[in-house]
Amino acid sequence: MPMIMNRVSVPVTVNEEACIADKGCTVCVESCPLDLLAIDLVKKKAFMQYDECWYCLPCEKDCPTQAIRVDIPYLLR
Amino acid sequence: MDDLITEVDVLVIGGGTAGPMAAVKAKEKNPALKVMLLEKANVKRSGAISMGMDGLNNAVIPGHATPEQYVKEITVANDGIVNQKTVMAYAQESFNMINQLDRWGVKFEKDETGDYAVKKVHHIGTYVLPMPEGHHMKKVLYRQLKKARVEITNRYMATRLLLDDSGAIAGAMVLDTREGSFGVIRAKSVILCTGAAGRLGLPSSGYLFGTYENPTNAGDGYALAYHAGAELSGIECYQINPLIKDYNGPSCAYVTGPFGGYTANSKGERFIECDYWSGQMMMEFYKELEGGNGPVFLKMDHLAEETIGTIEHILHSNERPSRGRFHEGRKLDYRLGMVEMHISEIGLCSGHSASGVWVDEHAATTVPGLYAAGDLACVPHNYMLGAFVYGQFAGQSAAEYAMSHELPAVDAAQVEAERTRVLAPLSVVDGLSPTQVEYKLRRFVNDYLQPPKVTKKMEIGLDRFAEIRADLDSMSAANPHELMRAMEVHFILDCAEMAAHASLYRTESRWGLYHYRVEHPEKDDVDWFCHAQLKKNEAGEMTCFKRPIEPYIVELDDEEKDAYNRLRVVKQAEAA
Repeated sequence: MPMIMNRVSVPVTVNEEACIADKGCTVCVESCPLDLLAIDLVKKKAFMQYDECWYCLPCEKDCPTQAIRVDIPYLLR
Repeated sequence: MDDLITEVDVLVIGGGTAGPMAAVKAKEKNPALKVMLLEKANVKRSGAISMGMDGLNNAVIPGHATPEQYVKEITVANDGIVNQKTVMAYAQESFNMINQLDRWGVKFEKDETGDYAVKKVHHIGTYVLPMPEGHHMKKVLYRQLKKARVEITNRYMATRLLLDDSGAIAGAMVLDTREGSFGVIRAKSVILCTGAAGRLGLPSSGYLFGTYENPTNAGDGYALAYHAGAELSGIECYQINPLIKDYNGPSCAYVTGPFGGYTANSKGERFIECDYWSGQMMMEFYKELEGGNGPVFLKMDHLAEETIGTIEHILHSNERPSRGRFHEGRKLDYRLGMVEMHISEIGLCSGHSASGVWVDEHAATTVPGLYAAGDLACVPHNYMLGAFVYGQFAGQSAAEYAMSHELPAVDAAQVEAERTRVLAPLSVVDGLSPTQVEYKLRRFVNDYLQPPKVTKKMEIGLDRFAEIRADLDSMSAANPHELMRAMEVHFILDCAEMAAHASLYRTESRWGLYHYRVEHPEKDDVDWFCHAQLKKNEAGEMTCFKRPIEPYIVELDDEEKDAYNRLRVVKQAEAA
């Protein structure tokens, strides 16, 4: 069956200035219960890879440099 | 590629609330046992209490309540359908567990003399113990896991249980959710602690993961137990909760109630006497919501500034802390307006209602070597403290079982069949996306299974589910993450079919809104004062049957029996 990608805005924003994934940090990736965050292999910064958020906040609370902001997903806001 | 094969004595599946306790208690029982805690997410932040909990909903504390009173309360709240022995076993251990958690460093609210500060929320007794600083719960558990030397395996998902030739537990088959590889964990005993079936109904927002429960909990354990031949019970007694509209999280009346907040209609008037969640309460909520006085709100705007500040501190730092952010976005201040509420999607969860895997007072299921604890184990209204207590029972029972049994042989045919099923979506090219299949399935759950339950609708629902079952083979997964979601769709479909069959089977109405059958609107104690069980029969079909209720060990008088049927506020006639 033919496929397309849908464009959606995601609730997790990473401040790339503050993010220290390039130093080897993966705290947010490990804390997400739904395994939605990943490290961009080119930029070496964390980002939200899947729009499956429970807006539960461990990623934001556990981030050692407060680089993450979780908004309520647009559909619920 | 060869499968990864691991051997342990006790395998605990699910590292949220009950799971860590079960693993620690199995190790305490016998430190020589190899105990593995398998977790789909990461034990540090997994499950219903990933951000902690704001209180105990069912603390049985001497001086405030007795185990007998608690057994009565839950018997009545669950409309008589309880195995009182299981509730009593919880109630008798409740206080010991609170003291143990207190020693482990959990901070409960205490009065000036250092005694637990218990609050009243239930209709009859007093059982709520606040934990204003309860956000550290997972850290406390994690320390105990490390101390007990439990082996933790994160980011693995169990897909089926492994049985020996006698039908007893032999381990579990698992998927590495990051690598997409398949493995076998051989075990002498297994404990299911996978939580609720929280991704069953579709939230009215349409956002698949905007569920009441942690959406990691897709009903894995219900499906694992079912396919292993275990009995499930009370599946028709759905979980349906009163939640903040759109945000779809608790508001939370148990926190605000003791401070003077209450559920109100659009006129700001109280219409239920008690905010404790029960099917009977939800029925009154539903009537008000759909009637001329709706919608329904949580009212706090009459409270003093200091009180509201305290409530905000608790609600915006525990359990679902992003509620504060949601209210901010809607420009709602508890001081100035009421919180709009609605009714959640349906789910299965014995932590709140009674739908679960059948267990006895030792947390044993009907499958030898298989134990269950927490939201998925059928001990009605068991909540977080019940998950801890039954986690303890399960850990101890499973350790004892492992000490008296050899590791069963592995049946290669079961492993081969499961490997094929689990890895199939990786080989399908341009197939259906798991997200789309899940969306459609869960929309049908809303359309056909949500109360009021209508026979014809549920029958049509089963037809639609059968069509989706045929679609499962067409699902494709582009990566291990999507493969995990695809396998979860299998679990959700199993749970949807269980919900429909169990609801069709019980031809009466009970538990207020949870099982309101339009064609059978009355409670029928002659035919239906019994548990409705569900299991896979020898032919592999889903089948339902009755299980008699064990004689009560705590008798109720007639006044008590009816207490939860009188939740609506009775208006005094105005003086002429």
